[in-house]
Amino acid sequence: MLVVLVRRLANIVPTLAAVIAVIFLLFSVLPGSFVSAMNEDGRTTIDPAVMERMRKEMGLDDPLPTRFAKYVAHTAMGDLGTSFRTREPVTKLIGNRLWPSLKLVFTAMAFAIVVGVPLGFIAALKPGSVVDTISMVGAISGLSLSQFWLGLMLMYLFALKLQWLPSFGYGDGGLRYLALPAIALGVGPMALLARTTRAAVLEVLNADFVRTARSKGMSERRVVEWHVLRNALVLVVTTIGLQFGSLMGAAVVVEKLFSWPGIGSLLVDSVFQRDIPTVQGCILLIVTFFLVINTLVDMAYVAIDPRIRYR
Amino acid sequence: MRTLVWSAIAAFALLGVGMAAAQQAQTPRKGGTIRMTGPYAASFGSLDPHVTPRAQDQIVNQAIHRPLYTWDTANNRLALELATDVKASDDGLVYTYKLRNDVFFHNGRKMTADDVIWSYTRIMDGTKGYPGARYIRVIKGATEVEKGQAKEISGLKKIDDFTLEITLTDRVEPGYYLFSGTTAILPKEEVEKGNFAAHPVGLGPFKFKEHIPGSRVVAERFDKFYKPGKPYADKLEVLIMAEAAARDVAFRNKEIDTSILGPAQYVAYRADPELSKGLLEVAEMFTRAIQFNPSFKPFADKRVRQAFNYAIDTDLIIKRLVKDKAYRATSWLPPSSAAFDKTMKPYAFDQAKAKKLLADAGYPDGFEFELTTSQNESWGLPIVEAIIPMLAKVGIKLKPKLVEVTVLTEIAMKGEHQAFIGSNLTGPDSLATLRCYYSKTPRTACNYTSFSNPQFDKLLDGAAQESDAAKRNDLLRQANNLLYEEAPVWFFNYNKAVLAYQPWIHGLQANPTEITHQYPEDVWVDTRSPAK
Repeated sequence: MLVVLVRRLANIVPTLAAVIAVIFLLFSVLPGSFVSAMNEDGRTTIDPAVMERMRKEMGLDDPLPTRFAKYVAHTAMGDLGTSFRTREPVTKLIGNRLWPSLKLVFTAMAFAIVVGVPLGFIAALKPGSVVDTISMVGAISGLSLSQFWLGLMLMYLFALKLQWLPSFGYGDGGLRYLALPAIALGVGPMALLARTTRAAVLEVLNADFVRTARSKGMSERRVVEWHVLRNALVLVVTTIGLQFGSLMGAAVVVEKLFSWPGIGSLLVDSVFQRDIPTVQGCILLIVTFFLVINTLVDMAYVAIDPRIRYR
Repeated sequence: MRTLVWSAIAAFALLGVGMAAAQQAQTPRKGGTIRMTGPYAASFGSLDPHVTPRAQDQIVNQAIHRPLYTWDTANNRLALELATDVKASDDGLVYTYKLRNDVFFHNGRKMTADDVIWSYTRIMDGTKGYPGARYIRVIKGATEVEKGQAKEISGLKKIDDFTLEITLTDRVEPGYYLFSGTTAILPKEEVEKGNFAAHPVGLGPFKFKEHIPGSRVVAERFDKFYKPGKPYADKLEVLIMAEAAARDVAFRNKEIDTSILGPAQYVAYRADPELSKGLLEVAEMFTRAIQFNPSFKPFADKRVRQAFNYAIDTDLIIKRLVKDKAYRATSWLPPSSAAFDKTMKPYAFDQAKAKKLLADAGYPDGFEFELTTSQNESWGLPIVEAIIPMLAKVGIKLKPKLVEVTVLTEIAMKGEHQAFIGSNLTGPDSLATLRCYYSKTPRTACNYTSFSNPQFDKLLDGAAQESDAAKRNDLLRQANNLLYEEAPVWFFNYNKAVLAYQPWIHGLQANPTEITHQYPEDVWVDTRSPAK
């Protein structure tokens, strides 16, 4: 098992190499540069001599192949470069944001799993019932709502009207501050999980082996616990993995709205200000997170379904 | 009768209580927390003021650091900050500063002339490309340091610990150059420790306490600040809030003390009986305009450019689209400039006149051009969409070309446009602002319209040589008016910056250089503030 895990993790390397190349090329052809972005809405002016020196200092005048070679060599050594904007190492900037990001993503996913999976399960056990209808309407709504709008509504209700929670910020990083952004971020995955769970459970409920179990006189509770739950879990875990992996990248809007100091808000700022080393670092981290989570999910299949074996 | 007497006594008593309350509201209270917002980005770039020219970073840096000069908002002029006196030589090139001898850095060390010299020399480190270099370059010998030809700036001479002589390269007002936050005076020993941006040490009214990147900066009162009794507040928090809608909720929920408003919010706040009581408005030094590129033939003709100005109902756009959150531009210089001519009348909305001017210029059927624009709500695509039908009525067909705002300057510098719409910093140095239309100023500097007019150049040359402030302003006023007549741009508006504030916060300044850049030592909160 451990060997398989190591091998799967090693497979991430070529994917990351491809991602590195694509990110670099994409941002090389993007119009605008950090230096011209400093003008920021005409709020400041920066003279041509300083611009020239900045470009030189940041290596923006080097030929593209040289820049790419430097970038790859440094990245391979774990050096993501220096932020144009703050003149600090990108690893440090990302390090500052990683824990708040992970907190947000894990809490949002926990919310999605704790609410979405039981909801889908209950809906599947009583298809066509009021519970099913309500939960599925809720799930479709959750999938359709924009994070921005939902976030604002949560702020309005829980902060402004009910005065239960602060409307924004990181505060002490505790649950009071985390709750609203986590819910805003978690509603989408929750809705998808509810729908996926419902579909998976319904499919298993109609499977031959469930019919056989029932015909043997097994109690409904035992049928559900032993046969339905475990077999439906593969699809649910796959969905969890995909959602979980993409959540760090999807948190961009929520982080900015709630002023949550995560990777997403760092990425947005860096894109607008053309801080390319930081953008590259953030995207690399988000892709790595996605790949690692999905590798772990792959490994989880083995534990859930003994029929699955990796060679 | 007795009832009447008691009523009179009660009325006087109430009046007395009211006056006492009013008096209390006007007397600055020591203590409390000021909660400002950083609205321009989702993070701060750097707390090292030499590294960053960004408006967002300056909100914090103004609390922690200070340059040699500041902007006196009350009197709308430059003011000495770290010096008590300055004397200029007859030729206007040598300035002798008597530095304050009561200025301490947050590490407890007293500031001396050496710190000023070291800070300016650091800014000129040519290998770093510090943005403040453009200002220090006005000091003799600074360029040599920037180019690596010298290690010391020859124009900086320490007379004694608290006397500094600065020799300039040109006859200019040094305050306009040395009031920028990017020229703040820093303590060498703290910077050289490394990691200065993470642990900034300045000499401002508040000392750094905490920075949670992407969330907030917290600073505490510096007791040895050189202005007696200031700052008033114990603590200053600058909270990052890049989303206007979220800021609105937080402001209404009393979680922040100030909030900058956009056009839509401005309408809502003005309509609200309570919120409308706390609006601070100022005409900022930003002029919004469409700048014409004369290499596109029709725009080389003054009559076409004037026709453009006559063809658009600018007042209507300001009222309907910008929601009155702007002042109609009547020249390039903003109203806060001493060279601004209050008697100037804007171009009237007169499409018949526009048509005639176009016909006179040889374009009776108009022409077609491409306008490069960003998506900005106040000076971007929405405005462009509004002027398309107005221009069409005089025969000018406008094709918008949408680009990201960060690309706009680059396009303007390269001249890869026929016209572009943007916002431009137009102060506080009126001479430097108008130099963007000086014939020898290259496009890459800021002469995006390739403007060239001998009469304008002469006025500017005269202003540069004039030592009498009133005469200099008069020459600048003439140049500014000439520019309006020549119409190298469509004069749109000056930004009306609006800062919403809570009833418990006092001492906010209507700073025309940037309203979010408050001098926090003058700001105080009364006991109604919910922040501890």
